[in-house]
Amino acid sequence: MSLWNKHAIFEKNSIILLLGVLIVISIGGLVEVLPLFYLKSTIEKVEGVRPHTPLELAGRNIYVREGCYTCHSQMIRALRDEVERYGHYSLASESMYDHPFQWGSKRNGPDLARVGNKYSDDWHRRHLANPRAVVPGSIMPAYSWLAKTELDAGKIDQDMRVLSMEGVPYSDEMIAKASLDLKAQSSDDDAGAADLVKRYPKAAARAYGEQKGIVTEADALIAYLQVLGTQIDFKIYDDKANLR
Amino acid sequence: MPKSMTLGELGLALAGVVMAALWVLIAAKAYTPEYGFHAVLFAVASVATVFAVANRYHARPAEPPAQMIDGKPNYNMGPVKFCTIASLFWGIAGFTVGLLIALQLAFPVLNFDLPWTSFGRVRPLHTSAVIFAFGGNVLLGTSFYVVQRTCRARLAGALAPWFVVLGYNFFIVIAGTGYLLGITQSKEYAEPEWYADLLLTIVWVTYLLVFLCTLAKRKEPHIYVANWFYLAFILTIAVLHVGNNPSIPVSIFSSKSYIVWSGVQDAMVQWWYGHNAVGFFLTAGFLAIMYYFIPKRAERPVYSYRLSIIHFWALIFMYIWAGPHHLHFTALPDWAQTLGTAFSIMLWMPSWGGMINGLMTLSGAWDKLRTDPVLRMLVVSVAFYGMSTFEGPLMSVKAVNSLSHYTDWTIGHVHSGALGWVGYVSFGAIYCLVPWLWNKPKLYSLRLVNWHFWVSTLGIVFYISAMWVAGIMQGLMWRAYTSLGFLEYSFLETVEAMHPFYIIRAFGGGLFLAGALIMVWNVYKTIAMPEAEAEASAMPALVPAE
Repeated sequence: MSLWNKHAIFEKNSIILLLGVLIVISIGGLVEVLPLFYLKSTIEKVEGVRPHTPLELAGRNIYVREGCYTCHSQMIRALRDEVERYGHYSLASESMYDHPFQWGSKRNGPDLARVGNKYSDDWHRRHLANPRAVVPGSIMPAYSWLAKTELDAGKIDQDMRVLSMEGVPYSDEMIAKASLDLKAQSSDDDAGAADLVKRYPKAAARAYGEQKGIVTEADALIAYLQVLGTQIDFKIYDDKANLR
Repeated sequence: MPKSMTLGELGLALAGVVMAALWVLIAAKAYTPEYGFHAVLFAVASVATVFAVANRYHARPAEPPAQMIDGKPNYNMGPVKFCTIASLFWGIAGFTVGLLIALQLAFPVLNFDLPWTSFGRVRPLHTSAVIFAFGGNVLLGTSFYVVQRTCRARLAGALAPWFVVLGYNFFIVIAGTGYLLGITQSKEYAEPEWYADLLLTIVWVTYLLVFLCTLAKRKEPHIYVANWFYLAFILTIAVLHVGNNPSIPVSIFSSKSYIVWSGVQDAMVQWWYGHNAVGFFLTAGFLAIMYYFIPKRAERPVYSYRLSIIHFWALIFMYIWAGPHHLHFTALPDWAQTLGTAFSIMLWMPSWGGMINGLMTLSGAWDKLRTDPVLRMLVVSVAFYGMSTFEGPLMSVKAVNSLSHYTDWTIGHVHSGALGWVGYVSFGAIYCLVPWLWNKPKLYSLRLVNWHFWVSTLGIVFYISAMWVAGIMQGLMWRAYTSLGFLEYSFLETVEAMHPFYIIRAFGGGLFLAGALIMVWNVYKTIAMPEAEAEASAMPALVPAE
């Protein structure tokens, strides 16, 4: 009886075939995915990465809603030209609080991992309203409605509650003060700005939009874009410190 | 025998009532009008389910349908017919939306400055429509056809197969309208939100059960090779879907949820899912189609039984490892990237094993390629499969990937597989199925199949060659340095250089769509033809060899 005949056991029993397939397809996934959760070298230890503020989180949700990942990556590869074009290569820790990750897979537009603070708020407002007004030749769609739509973030504390259940270090205080922090971050000279920065180091509080007293979706999105890639100070970051 | 409701009818009707009440409540309290709209759709679908079950109960005879009639299995082809028509509908929709987004990249004014027509929302609509709506219906339909014929048994369940096909298509409607309304997880190829994911899970588990129970009823001692592939596809997609989508909704009244994975782990899980959506949805499932329809159409046995065993187990084992090649040079640890590359290169062998098994099945029947354009389509699909499964391992090599990643080379690669392999093997299967299902002597016109073949082949050539040239150019421009050591091109210059290639690509896509429209006309005319005579006369009398 040749070995080939042994295969009949799979061909004659659908449940044995099913179990065989299940075992065979499980191995690769288990080997590649599970160690990422316990190998300490997967996510390097760095200073400065904090969860998003309520306003930035609301902006990120707009980024997710509009499918920005279809054209923009947020992952600078460790290649000379990318580092020179976009900045320091992306670290795993920089997206460790991102549910879901937005590394992307295609660059119809440039990488956005370090777009924060590279352009002014005003530039972003004009660019979102009509990309070709500031970048002739751009093929990005216009997102003019974002500046005309008031931000609906009254329940952002619920979002933060869910994220804290999933391991993002939002404290009860941060969740309770979500609307105050959102208001404080979206206007100039708000009395709550000092508290905001205590909870979220280096959070930039200012009027991101032009309309007084109204926070638009564009404002939130710009607040999110302006913080991308700015949390780690690479002047003091030691890329050898994490070698083991 | 007095007529009484079966447990399935009762259960499904009750579930429909409960779901209708729940979704009306959600519609009333939804956080956003978009989710409210979806809740109304769910409520309507739930009521429709109750109505359909009651209607069916009143219309049906007391006895369940016979398993055999005159010694022949009483096949249940209704769901297969539905999927065949649905695949044509979604195919045209998906190709049209693809053409739109191709044109948007060349002419951004076509985004119309509106939320629901902007590229970021429409691109997932294209990918889901062609992969899950078109491809999914082809897979559902052919798997229900093939499993019945090769087991010589009626499809298991009475309501279950209909629940699978209708539930799946309802999922597609929810997913697609969701993207346009801004309801998305923004996880590539896994965009639908939590409630759509739950629906799909229920539908898919039912699909697996229908398939397994039909296998259990088989009259043939052996499970045919096509069914191994279908089973691996159904099971693995279930595992991938559940693994990639665990999320916590903000509230039952909110469409928004947050995936439990984050950052680098989410990236790995996503591409474990994403690459195996290719490996099991777009490959294993369609290889099952190859293993049934090519031997059937060529009237030759599968080339090698042993090759199919090796090819099957090696393919499903190795594919699962290939995901990290989507994450080269990223923050994913190097060891995972290296594993991904190694297995991607090894994967070349089982892939070509499958290709050889498909092509060599033509041994002794090569002449049919001249006369039968349907068989030609099936065979060319396998050739495209061979080409894109050679290109894939090549692109997974880190040195090549550093150039190709993030560029349109990837888009070209995907489309040589999607249009050439998945598209053609599906078209070939549909051309075979339509006369069989609707009991017609033959297709309305083989000349039109020929036109379809050549128009769309020309389209594919335009498409993939434009994307190869454009993608490699883009990658080279991004890394070009001047003699002084500065980056030579701004990002915008690389965008502007793409313009002519985007137009050529859209032209190629337009030709592919035109070919598919020819197919729809041909299928419509075939179904409108008078039925074939009884089977006995269609079979020529056997003449002894001289």
